[in-house]
Amino acid sequence: MATTEKDAVTGRYTTGHEWDGIKELNTPLPRWWVYVFYATIVWSIGYWVVYPAWPSLTGYTKGLWNWSARGDLVTEMATVQAGKQVWNARFDGASLSDIVKDRELLTYAIAGGRTVFAENCAPCHGSGGAGAFGYPTLADDEWIWGGTLDDIHQTIAYGVRNANEESRQGEMPRFGTDQILDAQQIGAVADYVVSLSKGASDAAAAKAGETLFAENCSSCHGERGEGMAALGAPALDNAIWLYKGGKDAIAAQIANPRHGSMPAWSERLDATTIKQLAVYVHSLGGGK
Amino acid sequence: MARQAALKIKPPEPEESGEQLYADYVKVHPRKVSGTFRTLKWATLSVLLGLYYIAPFLRWDRGPGAPDQAILIDMPGRRAYFFAVEIWPQEVYYLTGLLIIGAVGLFLVTALLGRVWCGYACPQTVWTDLFVWVESLFEGDRNARIRLDRQPWTAGKVLRKIGKHAVWLLVSLLTGGAWILYFNDVRIVIPELFQGTAGAGVYGFLFLFTATTYVLAGWAREQVCIYMCPWPRFQAAMFDEDTLMVTYEAWRGEPRGSAKVGQSFEGRGHCIDCRMCVQVCPTGIDIREGSQLACIGCALCVDACNGIMDKMGLPRDLITWDSINNQAAREHGNKTGYRFIRPRTVVYALILMLVAGLMGYGLVARTTTGLNVLHERSPLFVTMSDGSIRNGYTVKVLNMVRENRDYRLQIAGIPEAAMSVVGLENTGRDQTLLPVPGDSVGTFQVYVSAGPERLDGKSTELVFVLIDMATGNTIENATMFAGPGS
Repeated sequence: MATTEKDAVTGRYTTGHEWDGIKELNTPLPRWWVYVFYATIVWSIGYWVVYPAWPSLTGYTKGLWNWSARGDLVTEMATVQAGKQVWNARFDGASLSDIVKDRELLTYAIAGGRTVFAENCAPCHGSGGAGAFGYPTLADDEWIWGGTLDDIHQTIAYGVRNANEESRQGEMPRFGTDQILDAQQIGAVADYVVSLSKGASDAAAAKAGETLFAENCSSCHGERGEGMAALGAPALDNAIWLYKGGKDAIAAQIANPRHGSMPAWSERLDATTIKQLAVYVHSLGGGK
Repeated sequence: MARQAALKIKPPEPEESGEQLYADYVKVHPRKVSGTFRTLKWATLSVLLGLYYIAPFLRWDRGPGAPDQAILIDMPGRRAYFFAVEIWPQEVYYLTGLLIIGAVGLFLVTALLGRVWCGYACPQTVWTDLFVWVESLFEGDRNARIRLDRQPWTAGKVLRKIGKHAVWLLVSLLTGGAWILYFNDVRIVIPELFQGTAGAGVYGFLFLFTATTYVLAGWAREQVCIYMCPWPRFQAAMFDEDTLMVTYEAWRGEPRGSAKVGQSFEGRGHCIDCRMCVQVCPTGIDIREGSQLACIGCALCVDACNGIMDKMGLPRDLITWDSINNQAAREHGNKTGYRFIRPRTVVYALILMLVAGLMGYGLVARTTTGLNVLHERSPLFVTMSDGSIRNGYTVKVLNMVRENRDYRLQIAGIPEAAMSVVGLENTGRDQTLLPVPGDSVGTFQVYVSAGPERLDGKSTELVFVLIDMATGNTIENATMFAGPGS
């Protein structure tokens, strides 16, 4: 049986435990600390009663106040929506061209559009519409499907080459794979296309390609390669390339073209948001 | 070997150092005293508390739509008002200047006169003084208070204590209440406070300042100065031999001993060891042990000692406010004098004048327009169909007056560069008129394009020029124009 003794130095009693001659002083918790501890236990009982606390096999105890974090979120979102409603009433009634003329509505649309763009569009088009290989730059002034507010709105709402009925459609023939043109002809057309954009090219080959271009390409891309937005045929006479410029890259695209696709965002976002996005994308710098 | 040597070293026992790191709390009961310095202390206390409570009620007309409170820090509105001065968040460097002036001013005063800030002007000193005065109203002077603390709990003692704490809490509440008034319009927040409709921040800070005043001035008192405050720890760096500070003339006072009126002081010191200097001290120290950290330089011990010296028929100023050099001179019968102009004080004064001058110039020359230009970083630049390079910028124009103003934005630095602002018509190839409503920040999305042959590598300097159409004032802001490089 352990025996307690009074420690001469501190005047306190030991607990009676001893290990290799080392004895432990009995230093009880201060009274106030113990009472605070009891108070927290009492407090926790109140907590169990009013807040969700105990799990069961099928759910959990809801508590008297019926509080939930999800409920708080719903309330907060409702408040936010109500706050936006004031603006949306004005915004929804205005046409796209009216919105860009009204500085307040323009600011509202750009602020909202920027957020939605970052969440939904930036993964492909890059933040700020910087673009990437195969994903058009939205900040420049070339538009495959047209750069007016209405064109942009249409493209966002219904997308490109998807299952939506209103979707933008348009495909380029596979001149190489389907053996419409042979490799030499494709090279000549590529040389001609490079010359259209004032790039350095083989003048003789480009001359040979000119006829082939007029026969095979000009119906969509235009006689001088100026492009046709209605068909989604990009302009070929400028410095902007979706799948890189240069003879080799252009020849590869002619032989076996790539085709990007874009979802119809009206299936995922509401009409107000799509309008905001259209104004935002138009404001990125290239809007016509 | 090394291990053996290490084993021989015995850790020092705590008793050996002779110094305890833990000091027992001894309650200080300062005794009432009267005299020059006590009067001075009451006067500064009255002026400072008066300023604190009256200042928020002063009015200053700023025209319609603007608050008319002379001193107001409007956090939600992001403005600070001080009479005719109105500071925007972008100009927070004025606050930095004010803090530097405060710090250097403190250094200068400390080098000249010792710890007068601690003894007279520090809020801790002012409120502690007020609280001790309230305490003496309910519990009497020092001896009565010590007796009361020792005696068992009687109805009378309970009543006195309740009364004291009630008044302390009331003073604390008023302190916290006045603090709120510096951050809210008095005429709005006071009715709201009583109706219970003021914001959580108002009640939170009211509670915070009530609680801290009550605890710091009522309970912690000198403990704040001795243990919490960093200032006493480095104030000695401002002292030199010519700094005036509260000093005991040991050469005249020692050897001390009790004495009766009329007795001869031949062959002994003038200190009669009455301990009055200790009893009146708000931090409970003995100044006769020399200059020390816990001395806040209030000089109440000077008043106490002079009273005793007068009674004993001895010369005054056994405890005095004097410099070390003068003390040494007196001891040896040399000429004394004050040296206020010293390299140290000259340097402090010069820094003070420099910062105050810069601040003053900044305030006088303060422009009411600001121009911030942020270069768009994603994408850094865009190649346009004609091969030109375009950069995006967010231009913020701060209109700090309360009327609408028009500004002309122009670019310079890159020849033949063109500019366009989203939502606005250009007035020329490289300029646009920006309308900015009064007291607000106008944010504009600006695009600048330039031919690649005009660019200087990957980064070319571009200057935005903003011209106030009403006054013709011009602000320039240099930024960069990014390009693809060679």
